[in-house]
Formats: sequence, C-alpha cells, structure tokens
Amino acid sequence: MKTFTKFGALATAATIALTGWASADTIKIGVSYPTPTHAWAAGMNWHAEKAEERLEALYPDVDLILVNSPDPSAQASALEDLVSVHGIDALVVLPFESEPLTDPVLNVKKSGALITVVDRGLSQPGIEDIYVAGNNPELGRVSAEYMKTRLKDGDNIVVLRGIPTLIDNERFDAFMAEIEGSGINVLDHKHANWNRDDGFEVMQDFLSRFPDIDAVWAQDDDIAIGVVAALKQAGRDGDGMFVVGGAGMKETIKGIMDGNELVPVDVLYPPAMIATAMDVTVSAFKSNGPVAGRYILGATLITPENAASFYFPDSPF
Amino acid sequence: MTETTMNSAKPSLLRGFDLKAAGPAIALLILCLIGFLLNPAFLSEGNITNLLTRSAFIGIIAVGATFVITAGGIDLSVGSMAAVIAGVMIIVMNSAVDTFGTGVTTVLIGCGCSIILGLGAGLVNGFLTTKGKIEAFIVTLGTMGIYRSLVTYFADGGTLSLNYDIRGVYRPVYYDSFFGLPIPVWVFIVVSIAGWFLLNRTAFGRYCTAIGSNESVAKYSAIKVDRVKTLTYVIQGLCVSLATIIYVPRLGSASSSTGVLWELEAIAAVIIGGTVLKGGYGRIGGTILGALILTTIGNILNFTDMISNYLNGTMQGLIIIVAVWLQRGDWGRNKSAD
Repeated sequence: MKTFTKFGALATAATIALTGWASADTIKIGVSYPTPTHAWAAGMNWHAEKAEERLEALYPDVDLILVNSPDPSAQASALEDLVSVHGIDALVVLPFESEPLTDPVLNVKKSGALITVVDRGLSQPGIEDIYVAGNNPELGRVSAEYMKTRLKDGDNIVVLRGIPTLIDNERFDAFMAEIEGSGINVLDHKHANWNRDDGFEVMQDFLSRFPDIDAVWAQDDDIAIGVVAALKQAGRDGDGMFVVGGAGMKETIKGIMDGNELVPVDVLYPPAMIATAMDVTVSAFKSNGPVAGRYILGATLITPENAASFYFPDSPF
Repeated sequence: MTETTMNSAKPSLLRGFDLKAAGPAIALLILCLIGFLLNPAFLSEGNITNLLTRSAFIGIIAVGATFVITAGGIDLSVGSMAAVIAGVMIIVMNSAVDTFGTGVTTVLIGCGCSIILGLGAGLVNGFLTTKGKIEAFIVTLGTMGIYRSLVTYFADGGTLSLNYDIRGVYRPVYYDSFFGLPIPVWVFIVVSIAGWFLLNRTAFGRYCTAIGSNESVAKYSAIKVDRVKTLTYVIQGLCVSLATIIYVPRLGSASSSTGVLWELEAIAAVIIGGTVLKGGYGRIGGTILGALILTTIGNILNFTDMISNYLNGTMQGLIIIVAVWLQRGDWGRNKSAD
C-alpha cells in the first residue's frame, strides 16, 4: 500500500512538473472539430486559429488547445486525450457525428469540464452547457423572403439542393413554406450536392428544360458558382436573372461588395461560428454575466451594405 | 470469359448483325427515345451539345480504362488523379503568371505539367503493379487515397481557384466550338479514334487482349507482359491528364470534391460497353457508348420530376444492370446452340 501511495505521489509530482507550475491557475480549453476536407470546414479551421490567437493575447491565463480529427473514433480518442493529458477545464466540440460522440463528450463532462457544443447537436439532451449553431430553417426562410422582394406573382424559379440530409431538408422545407402563397412557381428542385460541378450540370439541364426562369435558389455558394457558369454559357445571365446562394464564401461576399448583379446577396451560415463558441466559452470563465444557454446565430442576409463585416480575405473560405 | 468472347463473335460472322454487340447502342437509343418523350427539349441542340461535352470527361478516362481492364488490370485512382492534377495545374499556372504573364504560354505550361503528371502517375501505378507484384486493386486503392488527400492538402482543405485573367485565356478550351462541336467533344473523338486504332490495329492492342485472357500463356509467348501492363496504366494516366486539361477551364477550380467517383463511372462505362471486367476482351466503341449512356441517364433524371430525387441512384443502377444484361444474358440465344 505504502509503495502504491509513493508511486501515486511520484506520478502526481511528475504530472505537475510536466504540465508546468502555471497549470494551477491556467484555464485550459480544448477545441475539437473534424479535419477540414472541404472549403467550409477549412474556413472554420482558420477562424478557430484566429480566435485562439486573439483570445490568448487578450487573456494570458487562457490556454486554448486546438485538435482536429479525421473520423469519429479519432475524435473520441482526441477527447480522452484532452482530459487525461491536458486536464481541460472546458471543451468546445463540433462533433463529427452526433451518435458516436455523445458518450465521449459525456465522459468529458463527468471530468467536470464545461461543455460547449457547436453546430451539430448530440443525440442526448442536457449534456452541453452551451450550444452554438447556425440556423438551417432560417437560411431557407431568409432566402425565400429575399426572392419575394425581387419577384412577382407568376415568376418562375428553380431550386438546387444539397446532399440529401436533414440539413438540406430543413433548409428546403422552410424555403418552400415561405414561398407558398406568393404566386412564385418553383419549377423543379434537384440535388446538386453542395458541389460546383453538379451545380453546373443540373443548371445546364434546367436551362434546356425550362425556357423561362427568373431566378435560382442555389442554397450554397459552391453550387451557385456552377450555376453562374451555366447561366453565362447559355447567355441567360441578363434580364434581371439572379442567383441566391448561402454560407458566406469570401469570393461571393467580395462579389456582393463589388455590386455583382447576378449574385446580389448571400445568406450567412458562417464557419466563424466556432469562434463565437470559443468566445462564449472563455466568457464563462471571465464574464460576470451568465453565459450558459443556446446561441442560435442568425441567417443574416448579406447585402452590399453589410458585406464588409463578413469579408475575411485571408480565410480559405 | 473466353466463352463469352466466342459466343459474341460467332453470330456476328453468321448473321452479319450481332444483336448483343449492339446492346449498348440499343440501350442508348431507348434512353434517348424516353428522354424525347419526357420532354422534346431533350433533343434540342443545346442539350445534345451539353450531353456530349459532359460525356467527354468520363469518356476520355474510360478509353484509358478500357486498356487497363482489357489487360486484366483495374485503376481505381483515376478520379483522385484527375483532382490532384487539376489542383497542381492551377497552382503551377497561378505561380507562372509572375514570370510568363497571363497569356497562352502559361496555359501551355499548365497543360504540359498535366501531361507529365498524368504519365508519371500512370507509371507509378503500373510499376507498383508489375515490378512491385501488388494487386492492381490494392495499388490503385492506395494511390486513390494518396491523391485525394494530396489535393485536400494543396488546397488547405478549401478550393484552389485559377487566376481570373488566365481563366479568360483558357476558358475557350471548354466553352468554344469548332465546326459546330465543342472542343472537348473533338478531344473525345480524337482520343476515341486513337484508342480504337491502338486496341484493334496494333500489336500492342493484341498483347493487351492476350495478357487479359491468360497472363502465363502471354508470358510464354514472349510478350513482355510487365512492359505492356505498365504501358496500359501510362495510357490511362495520359487520358486522365487530357480529361483534366479540358475540365479545368470549365469552372477554373479544384477541390477535394473534384472527380469523386469518376473511377467507378469510368469502369461502369467500360463494362456497359461490352469489355469484360476480368480482361481478355475490350471494345473502345462500346466504352464510348457506355460513357454516353451514363451521362444521358443523369441528364434525363434532371429532365423529369416523375421520379423522386432520392431514387436517382436506383434508376442509374437499374439502367446499368439492364444495359449489361442486354449483351450478356441468355435472351435471344438459339437454344440448340447451347
């Protein structure tokens, strides 16, 4: 028994020595998200790094540890390491998938850490202290609302959807609900998989099929790029034709600032939400106000007037 | 599989017209008829041009795949290879702007780079398969993963975009027409003719068929099996680089989602066209029809809202199976001949 205690004491001493004397009053926050494999996620990665720099400069006693993982099980291991190796006080996590990461996050919570979940909810309620997410139905609704301001009764639009998923359905259903009763005809909707090439091909086919299209809801900035190329190829990019995308890609926002008439607005679904989550989490330790709760970000309509505040030229997205 | 070859060869000699060999052509005609009935705009000049241009990518790659598959191999890396070549082309052209300006020279440098990369990547696949003695499936599965992650890495997880000024110079390669046909279609035609000639009228083509039928016999017949097999992968690489050269000017960008599943589409086009997956029998003409069939299916599905969007994959799968069944199944065969 004695030997065990000794070993235990030694181990504790070693851990303290390794983690450094400052660990006692350093606030350690782990930030875990999927390895970026597409532009939106790369933008998120960039914003996470920026937020880390900014927050650590602002609060010398805050240490943010960014970890990205290529698959759900790697993320589960990363979460274990954040607890055992770093002894984090709080976790900001964008789960790869809800189901397989619910238990790992619950284990982190049991270690006493504050939990902030970003964008994708866990499959059990009540685990997270703070929830930060974009608003998919609102993205559809805001897009439809803009369409209604530009179009009149009897005008025709086509819709390009994303990958068949819950996110896509939420956006699409909200869009259709808002359009209903306006007299605007939705000629057809096809999946373009949030992909430029598919956007191009689906739009080409829509253009061959429908001689009269007044506007396009592309739902996503990547799809919109393909749509614009198809419109230009067919020479149907004039006559007040416009395309509404979504997300907030820097090229699109630059275009809006420059007064692009073909893509005059964008609807925000910002990768920078990870930075919001990190800010709120740090506030939980620094602010005198309560911060726990659900933060659903607005799906802001980006117009030439407000575009500058959403433009990050150095971000990959 | 040799039996299939015999069966499909015999009636064509006897009757002069082989219904089975014509399977892909019949399938394509039926598809076009369905498309026209659904919407007459299907046969509009614009849509036909779109269809042919779109088929060019998969078609060109599939011509290369016909050689690989005929010689008994398989290449799963073509989609990722196209993505990484497109990515490197864009990087090279963007950085060549400082030295060579935004003119034709820069575009030519990009294209040259694409061809070198394509040949190199094909050589790697071929060399690992023959000298490394690793199954082609495993080698190209490995390179598929490598190329896909490389393009993600080069793009920093995002999208690589071509310099806007070069895009203006390069754009006509995809969008312009020559004697009424878009340039990608011309490239497709030239590649197809060259492929047909190489497979059917040269010793190399015979060697591919012989190796695919029986590698050991080919070896004992003094065919340089390793060299021929490696060459098929090099041809495949060249085809991928040509497809990439006409792909890049379309949207001027490359990302990790570029060329996803192209390998399966190319293989499907080859098999629909009548080439035998185990090797030993290849048909370039069939491959071209196969590529056209695949693009037409997608096109028709976009032309109708009768079928739920969620069932697109089902329709594609069914049509592929039916098209292959048309030329393999027992139908129409003379019972006494069995």
